[in-house]
Order: sequence, then C-alpha cells, then structure tokens
Amino acid sequence: MSEKVLMKGNEAIAEAAIRAGCRHYFGYPITPQTELAAYMAKRMPKIGGTFLQAESEIAAINMVYGVSAAGKRVMTSSSSPGVSLKQEGISYIAGADLPALIVNVQRGGPGLGGIQPSQSDYFQATKGGGHGDYHLIVLTPASVQEMADLTGLAFELADKYRMPAMLLADGTMGQMMEPVELPETEPEFIDKPWALTGTDMKREHNIVNSLYLVPEQLEKTNFERYERYKLVEENETRYESFMTEDADVCVVAFGIAARVSKNAVVEARKQGIKAGLIRPITVWPFPKKAIAEAAKTSKAFVSVELSMGQMIEDIKLASDCSRPVYLCNRVGGMIPSPEEVLESIKKAAGGNE
Amino acid sequence: MLNFKRVTLFCGHYGSGKTNVAVNYAMRMKEAGADVRIADMDIVNPYFRTKDSEEELREKGIELISPRFANSNVDLPALPQELYGVFQVKSKYAVLDIGGDDRGAYALGRFSGMILEENDYDCFFVANFFRPLTREAKEAYEVMKEIETAGRVPFTGIVNNSNLGELTTPEDVCGTFKKADELAEISGLPVVMTTVMQSIANAFDGENVMPITLQKKYY
Repeated sequence: MSEKVLMKGNEAIAEAAIRAGCRHYFGYPITPQTELAAYMAKRMPKIGGTFLQAESEIAAINMVYGVSAAGKRVMTSSSSPGVSLKQEGISYIAGADLPALIVNVQRGGPGLGGIQPSQSDYFQATKGGGHGDYHLIVLTPASVQEMADLTGLAFELADKYRMPAMLLADGTMGQMMEPVELPETEPEFIDKPWALTGTDMKREHNIVNSLYLVPEQLEKTNFERYERYKLVEENETRYESFMTEDADVCVVAFGIAARVSKNAVVEARKQGIKAGLIRPITVWPFPKKAIAEAAKTSKAFVSVELSMGQMIEDIKLASDCSRPVYLCNRVGGMIPSPEEVLESIKKAAGGNE
Repeated sequence: MLNFKRVTLFCGHYGSGKTNVAVNYAMRMKEAGADVRIADMDIVNPYFRTKDSEEELREKGIELISPRFANSNVDLPALPQELYGVFQVKSKYAVLDIGGDDRGAYALGRFSGMILEENDYDCFFVANFFRPLTREAKEAYEVMKEIETAGRVPFTGIVNNSNLGELTTPEDVCGTFKKADELAEISGLPVVMTTVMQSIANAFDGENVMPITLQKKYY
C-alpha cells in the first residue's frame, strides 16, 4: 500500500479504477459525481487511456457496451437521473453477459429531484432497473477508502462472473474527503475468450449479442445466467457486523446511513440498550443469511435509509417477517441524525410503533 | 499575520481546504477588532460550503454573503448581487472564499479590475500537499498558475494547509514544510502561515502556525 492521500470519494473511485486497469471511461457530467469525470479527464490522456464526454448518458453506456465486448475494463458514472437514462444499455450489457462498472452517486428524486444525497435508487439498482430478468452486483461503500477498495473489487467480480457491477454511493460519499491508501499492486486480468478481438483467421468468430431468435435458446440462456447468479449469492455476499452478537435491536443500514447508525448504536449501548448493526457491503446479493441469523436473537430490526423505505422489504423477506422492522428515514437530500436513529432504536426496543 | 489587507482572497486546488481556512481567518480578523465580512464565491462545489458555518459566523457577528441557492437542491452556479458591495464599500474588511482550481477562479476574474485598482488585497494560495494532484511543489505551482490566469489576481502568499482531515498528525504537517518552502522558491512568494487543527496546534510552539477549527459533521 502507498502513502496516504486526502481524496474526495469521487476522486478515489476514479484513481482506483485507473489502478484496476480501467483505461476507458465514458460519461456525462452531473452533480454530485462530476469530480469523477473531471479526474478522468485530467488523468486518462496522461496514461494513454480514453476519456470521452459523450453527448448523453445513453451514448455513454452504449460506448461502455462496445468496449466491454472488446474485452477491456471499462466504466461509466453518473447520478440518479443519469443512471435512469442508462438503464436500457445496462439491460443490454447484462443480456450480453458482459462485465462493466457503473457508478451511481445518488441524489434526491424522483425526477430531477435535487443535488443533495439520497439512497432512493435502491430498488433500481437491486431489482433490475432496466427490462428483463437480470441482476447487477451492487456494492455500497461507506467510506472514501471503501470507494477505492470496492471499485477494484467491482471490476474483478464483473470480469469473473461476466456481469455488470454497480457502485451504489450517495452524494455525501462522493463529496466528502478522507485519507485513502491506494493499491500499489498491478491489476490482475483474466482471459476473456469470448471477447471480440479479431480472429486472425485462427478461430471461429465470437458473437456478443442479447437477441435470441429461438425462444428455447433465450430461456436456456436465462436459466444458465441465473445459475451464475446463484454462485454470486453463495460466494460474494459481503457485510459488516457491529455488536450484533447479543443485540436486541438490529439496525440495518448501508453507506452514509450506516455511518450515522454506528454512532447511534454506540450511544444506545451507553444508555443500556443492546443495539447492533448489520451493514450490507453488497445489497445484491443481499446478506440474507446474516439477517435471518439476527432474526433468531433480535427482537426487532430498524432499517435506516435515505429513501421512503426500500431496503426494508429485503429485510422483511430475509427475516421471513418473523420480527417487526421499523423504518428510520429522511429523504429529499436530508440525512437522518444519530439522535433520530437512536429514537427509532428506542422505539424498537420498547416494542411500540 | 495581523497586517490585514482590506480584501483577503483564498484560492487553491479543489479540496485544499480554502473554506475552513477562510472561515477561521475571518474569525481571527474579527477577534483582532476588524469589521469583517466573508463572501462565498464558490460556484463549483455543491456540498461542504461556507454556509455550513453560518451559525458560528452569525454568533461572532460576521456577515456571510453566499449564493442564494448554496446548500439547496438547486444546482445554479450564480453569484449573489450583494457581492458588489464587498468591492464598493471600502470601509469594511472582506474575506473571499474562491472556488477550487481555475474553474472556480473564473468567478473571481469578474472582479479583478476592482481589486487591482483598489490595490489593498492579499491573495493567498492554499496548498495541501496530501491532495493527489498537488503532491509536489511543482504540481502545486502549475495549479497556482492556472488559477492566476483564470482569476486575474496575482498571488501574494502561500498558506500551507497540508492535512489528512481529522487524522492529521503533527509529523504529517512537518513533513510538508520542505515542499512549502520549495513552492515559495519556485513562485517567489512567502509562506505566510501554516494552518493546523486546533487539537494538534500545541506541537508547533513558536512557529508561524494558525490553529483552525473544522466544520462539524456527524457521520
């Protein structure tokens, strides 16, 4: 690892992507992720990479589709409204079994919403977003260091499972500055025998496509893809447990909400309430087993979200609705305070709405 | 440090800490008896702005001039009309927090004529050698030149604000003294002060250090 530098979350993603061997970035500016594109614009020309500000988000994601088909590590980034525009392309990339990294530094919605932080694209990121049966590997960083670390991991996982990965951050994570240690190691690339690299007249030509003329063939492909998703769920679910062993109240939160929640859990413990925190690092795959396990010992869950309550559904499913799940949320660009989370923990501990 | 000019400008690389330094500098001026106001001229940064310190500034009796939509949900990079008063009313001191890099400094160019004509200003380059694109004096100097070209106000000094956020140690800061001196040599400008967090200021007894408090956050 290298010396520490002070970086914005958006910059950390950009630099980590470069160090992970990404030399192709296509994007379109939008607050609060613009620093990522700006950083790429400065750095890519100096290292022989491509930075291209596309004419639109839709163009950018289709450029990602093309470069990925050619077997190269490639990414795009945007914020909520821009990520909505990219959904068609994301579905095509998933349907063509291609790896790629899509970064969403979320802002308030729906519609143009606002430029302040939000987590209200959870459904879009974890339940499809575009059309058809598919998933993205969705990683949720909760520090600037994780913005960097999970970027490298996202590229690796995307390549390994031949599927798009998404870094689901929020405006605060993108804008805040913290010290970061960036990886100094050379990135590892795996063979991509499916890539469109030219046959040299030595092999059969490869086809990258998401159109299947025969329904039986499309069905078979979808079944096979979901076999791969099963492997991802088994092997790549990530989360952090904080004081959950003896917790009566289990808080579940990711990203910026998890940082606030951790402070609230510590305060609750001081006041004699046994609280704990499960922080999903992947929200697809969702840490279902950890939630099911917590449901055996905890009296209640508190889902802390910067949305009207989206992850709460996954908590209910994972716990089979065996425990009440309370919602502590702020929306529209607001962040819950540790006091607000603590209040919800107390309510959950007391067992009344 | 107490030789305040009528107008003090803080420019620098994106994320070098201009806002924290400017807010603390204005408070120091106020404590020294100056009738000072602070203007947020940042039209680049959406979060973490001068306006976050609104309450502390008001308590200390420092007027804050900031863009109407700062910290709101509107992404509208416009300067407030009250800004003209800063340059026209010369009986009051002013601290100006300029946006990062050359892009942020373009907003300053609009007022450079008035500033140079009055000729009672300091323009400080805020340097943080822990930022990835200004790790070295040479890189910082490049940014400095870009800002000068965009803002059209020549720098008069350097503020060494090298830090790693709340985790900064005195050793971290000391390790950057050499780079600050190098930047002074390349640019021909003095290092007017080093700014450090209040909590580690004791380690710098007798040196030209201004302790600063950071804007609050709860996550």
